[in-house]
Amino acid sequence: MAETVRFELVSPEKLLLALDAEMVVVPGEAGDFGVLPGHSPLISTIRNGIIEVTVNGAVTERIFVAGGFAEVANDKLTVLAEEAVPVKQLDRAKLEAALNDAREDAEDAKDDHARARAAARVEKYTAMLEAAA
Amino acid sequence: MPSLKSLRVRINSVKSTQKITKAMKMVAASKLRRAQEAAEAARPYAERMASIMASLSAAQIGSDTAPRLMIGTGSDQVHLLIVATAERGLCGAFNSSIVKLARRKIEELTAQGKTVKILCVGKKGRDQLRRDHASKIADTVDLSKSKKIGFADAQEIADRVLAMFEAGEFDVAHVFYNNFKSVISQIPTAQQLIPAMIAGTNAAAGAPDLQGGIYEFEPDEETILNQLLPRNLSMQVYRALLENAASEQGARMSAMDNATRNAGEMIKKLTTVYNRSRQAQITKELIEIISGAEAV
Repeated sequence: MAETVRFELVSPEKLLLALDAEMVVVPGEAGDFGVLPGHSPLISTIRNGIIEVTVNGAVTERIFVAGGFAEVANDKLTVLAEEAVPVKQLDRAKLEAALNDAREDAEDAKDDHARARAAARVEKYTAMLEAAA
Repeated sequence: MPSLKSLRVRINSVKSTQKITKAMKMVAASKLRRAQEAAEAARPYAERMASIMASLSAAQIGSDTAPRLMIGTGSDQVHLLIVATAERGLCGAFNSSIVKLARRKIEELTAQGKTVKILCVGKKGRDQLRRDHASKIADTVDLSKSKKIGFADAQEIADRVLAMFEAGEFDVAHVFYNNFKSVISQIPTAQQLIPAMIAGTNAAAGAPDLQGGIYEFEPDEETILNQLLPRNLSMQVYRALLENAASEQGARMSAMDNATRNAGEMIKKLTTVYNRSRQAQITKELIEIISGAEAV
């Protein structure tokens, strides 16, 4: 059995990250789960949250993802995320501005569709702010 | 016989045209490289998504509860054609080849008595289709503002398509775009989006071998599939847009290359004519001088 898990983070625009890790903690829809070598095959949806990558006993990467999918198979973890930002790069001031924007949009929304989209944005930025704290 | 001056003017104007086409070719070449890189970068995501889709759909196909995005509405009366073209011209047969393919499909469908709706992406396609299918155009998406195609653009289009689908405005959706094969060859392609085409060969190959294990699903297959299918739709649209962007630059590059070469040939021909008539004029003047001297 392999000692490490192959972790790949891909967004539609590019392959963001590919490395071997001892453990990866993924914020699954039904609760966080850690992926270690030998994990059983799994497909899960992801909520807004932080992925933590552990290499050599220390957390080396903390990445914020805004929803997506995770697939575990044969000691390989693939995360499909539309948006992923390293936690270090989250900027509180910008996020607060974006959150206020989104809140205003949610109030001004004319139809259900626009309201749902704005609400999703509010949720996303709130989670981002929490992550940045 | 044109005068020497008009020939000179003509040569100069062709020369400046050649400069422009040459510059356009070079711009297209560098844009093409970027577009190709973008298309390549999107591939891992598409592949992984196809593999997840393949794993999921194996369990879902045939069940009555499968989402409508996957199995369709059960009817195929109303077709939506998403025709993706460029925002600009001067790229050879790029736009017209997509439109030609779309037109053929429209004719085929109307001959079968189906209703056709068109969603135009890019204004060149809309301009061409408006001529004889104006009443069928449901909507137009303008991408001229975004310089580089991002996933957000594709998502917006996909959102619109989904909203129409949920409102029951169509049953089957196809997207038309140019598949980038090489700089000189772009293949106009039609791809079915709804119901999702999963039973393709690449999907079957994309599912990883689990060495006897089976997937666990969290929260459950249906929830995942319901989230995955709209994203898959955005991804397909995104891929089509990226292929299209690369093809457009490729087509423009070869069109401008041809134009530059034509201009070069034209300059050569005009220069020959110019030199001949200049010589003829000198000879004529000499004869006049000599015969004048002899007459004295």
